[in-house]
Amino acid sequence: MSERRDVIVGIGGAAGDGVASAGNNLALMCARQGIGIFAYNSYQSVIRGGHSWFRIRASNTQPQSVGDRVDLLIALNQDCLDRHLQEVHPGGVVLYNSSKLKLPHAPPKDVQVCALPLEELVPEAGKLTIMQNTVALGAVIQLMGLPLEGIEKLIEQAYGKKGEEVVRSNRAAARAGFDRAKESLVPIDSPLTPGGKPLAWIIGNQALAYGGALAGVKLYVAYPMSPATGVLHWMAKHARRLGICARQVEDEIAVINMAIGASHVGVRAMCATSGGGFALMSEAIGFAAMIETPVVVINVQRAGPSTGVPTKTEQGDLNQAVGASQGDLQRIIVAPTSIEDACHTIPEVFNLAERHQLPVIVLSDLLISEGGTTVPPETLDFEPVIDRGELITEAPADIDPAASYLRYRVTESGVSPRAIPGVPGHLFVAASDEQDEDGVLISDVYTDPVIRKKMVDKRARKMVGVLRDIPAPALEGPTDAQVTLLGWGSTRGVIAEAAKRLTDEGITANHLQIKFLVPFHAAEVSAIIESAQKTISVENSESGQFARHLRAETGLSVDGHIRKYDGEPFEPKHIVEGVKAVLRGDEVVRVLSTEPGWRSEHPPVATGPTGTRTH
Amino acid sequence: MAMTTAHLDLKPKDYRSEVPPDWCPGCGDFGVLNALQRACADLSIAPHEILVVSGIGCSSNLPGFFRSYGLHSLHGRSLPVATGARLGNHDLHVIAVGGDGDGYGIGMGHLFHSMRRNINLTYIVMDNEIYGLTTGQISPTSLTGMKTKTTPEGNLEPPANPLLVALAAGCHFVARGYSGDQKQLVEIIKQGLQHPGFALIDVFSPCVTFNRVNTYDFFKERVKRLEDMGHDSADHMAAIEQARIWGDVIPIGIFYQSPDPRPAIDDQDPALQGEPLVHRELGLSAEQRRQLIHEMM
Repeated sequence: MSERRDVIVGIGGAAGDGVASAGNNLALMCARQGIGIFAYNSYQSVIRGGHSWFRIRASNTQPQSVGDRVDLLIALNQDCLDRHLQEVHPGGVVLYNSSKLKLPHAPPKDVQVCALPLEELVPEAGKLTIMQNTVALGAVIQLMGLPLEGIEKLIEQAYGKKGEEVVRSNRAAARAGFDRAKESLVPIDSPLTPGGKPLAWIIGNQALAYGGALAGVKLYVAYPMSPATGVLHWMAKHARRLGICARQVEDEIAVINMAIGASHVGVRAMCATSGGGFALMSEAIGFAAMIETPVVVINVQRAGPSTGVPTKTEQGDLNQAVGASQGDLQRIIVAPTSIEDACHTIPEVFNLAERHQLPVIVLSDLLISEGGTTVPPETLDFEPVIDRGELITEAPADIDPAASYLRYRVTESGVSPRAIPGVPGHLFVAASDEQDEDGVLISDVYTDPVIRKKMVDKRARKMVGVLRDIPAPALEGPTDAQVTLLGWGSTRGVIAEAAKRLTDEGITANHLQIKFLVPFHAAEVSAIIESAQKTISVENSESGQFARHLRAETGLSVDGHIRKYDGEPFEPKHIVEGVKAVLRGDEVVRVLSTEPGWRSEHPPVATGPTGTRTH
Repeated sequence: MAMTTAHLDLKPKDYRSEVPPDWCPGCGDFGVLNALQRACADLSIAPHEILVVSGIGCSSNLPGFFRSYGLHSLHGRSLPVATGARLGNHDLHVIAVGGDGDGYGIGMGHLFHSMRRNINLTYIVMDNEIYGLTTGQISPTSLTGMKTKTTPEGNLEPPANPLLVALAAGCHFVARGYSGDQKQLVEIIKQGLQHPGFALIDVFSPCVTFNRVNTYDFFKERVKRLEDMGHDSADHMAAIEQARIWGDVIPIGIFYQSPDPRPAIDDQDPALQGEPLVHRELGLSAEQRRQLIHEMM
């Protein structure tokens, strides 16, 4: 117990109970004290009711995953207590408004109870049950060892506009919770040291949007879809200030075609959606590839297929990204490996998109896009290199109008210098049809096999240049490890943590995380797989789309598979136990979040109105 | 649309590309191409300041035959592509072209919303009441009873009325021309190009190969110029009445041209004030970064 290196808080309640804002406030308070946070909200696709479960892991260093236990449980409704009391870790505390809620059973061994009767602690709260949140936050920061001033400052900022009285009563509520925790509980051994250099607190979608702004995005178009809408909201909020045109339009087909139209005239354009919206964009991806116009499309993956589970995470769209659009076309598929990486990836891939004149598909997922982490502010304060490739944006006004410019001139690299409409002397027609170097449709003249092959080859060889431009994945950990874990995108942090834990337990593990799926560093990855002792893929996919992709690109199969597709992200223990199961002989381990020994295989169905769908 | 200040001595032939049109001899689209070339020359718009965006279909091949920047995009998607281009560079004269299938079938959703948001571009629909390039199926404007490869028993559905849709969507320039009346068509196109918002120009453009109903003879007998009937194009209700007429008389001309056109989205969006997006410096200043990061703390 004195080995504790972090504190994990779980805040649960119905949608509308203020779970997310309480979680956000706590995260912000920690960030301001220089405490590292990794947060994830498991919520439902409802506006009111249901069950929302926000976990925050706090540590003096930067946590890489949400961890796999709960130390401090804040229950804002009965349903949360019923579900989560059983999982509070020894040494932890359950906090709840005992005026309204009751413990469903005795708490687990060595778990303290912090009853916070709202009626007693904040008599003037009256019908404002939401004040129970403030009381609980006050109590929890006391347990974590954070200063009361932190929450007082937050209250001032949050409620200052609502008047003196609201601020006062909230501050009183926070203090009441703080004092009650201090008086009635044994300290929990919090390892957190507040007072460090303040950190920024950022949600994944904000990182993607901010990355776009840094990259010089001037047009952002979107259609609201969970869990990508956060990017649109950030863009819309900051559009005027940053000189960006951010528009919500009629459907995802309009979105992608507008982005391509804008890009064609020389503007960096971006859009974000989820799997269903991306499906509608499929045809246009091929259009961008054929007319060799860059565009960056973010797909924030969620549980599918079809409408699926709109607020749950999955890594199920790799196949869709690889297969999007008809024919053989050139694209880049990149999966950022963390929230911080997402911010840096956007400017990086815009350069690639423009240099090689093709569409880039960024595969995020709910874990990244709606998760939150702390980040040192200086890592966000960077000016990215802007490389627009061979872009022709001007020409002398007296240029000979008969001067021949070939938009699709065949070159060694496959990339042809790109003029933008408005520039004198460089007229051309770009077509979704196959065309010759001068842009004339081959169907408009003799449909010529020689020209056709020439142009297909020209576009295809661009990928050689792309592969050269992107870094190969690197193995992390000792090369002679007993187990090699392979993952892609958002699972980097949790796999790294699991690898370390395995090694500590005597099963040496190293780790290969793939960020660029297409083009793929087949030579490097093959070498790693072939020299590994036992390879195990880790992914949030039932069918093993990543394992299939590895096999398709290298010809090699991995030895074992750990797959989680119940909608919740991996926790380190799932991977640790999964590895042990594979070593015992299981080829495919299918992970479920419910623990053996829990009071029910499936947690009780949430009560409460279903309200309006969020998706 | 921003008018060029360069009074170049432009002729219709300056808008003729190297590629001869591959339309059937007698196709109505030739008339539209000619009228567009004449209109642009009369307005002195430099070819490099024009972007023609098309969808897919016979008429959508037009950009290849018209000397300017061209973008031959996807079936039904010329309007969002053109919108993106216009948002990206509002100094460009953006003209969308295509057929009735492209625009009123698969593209109908985008058409409605483009008119509703009033993006400043001109949309010329070469309406031949048939799908030509795919060799003769009904289109959304085919008449009831028409027999085609897909309707051997006769088309059961009534034709769409794009002009009424436009008037309902808030379009402030709604016109219909006829490929066989060049004089009127040139004038309609010129007016449309100068309209500071979305301009819809539907053009009867007979398909001599696959449409044996809506032929030149059919139209010659029926079309009547609105300006010859005393129509007041500033009167919205009168426009609706005329748009509903189809029979022995089929009105052609400018049905509605608002005397007080509502502002285009290009003029309203704060981000689009000032120089075009494409000319702006990329990225954020140090101060902007500082402010945005501060919001996260």
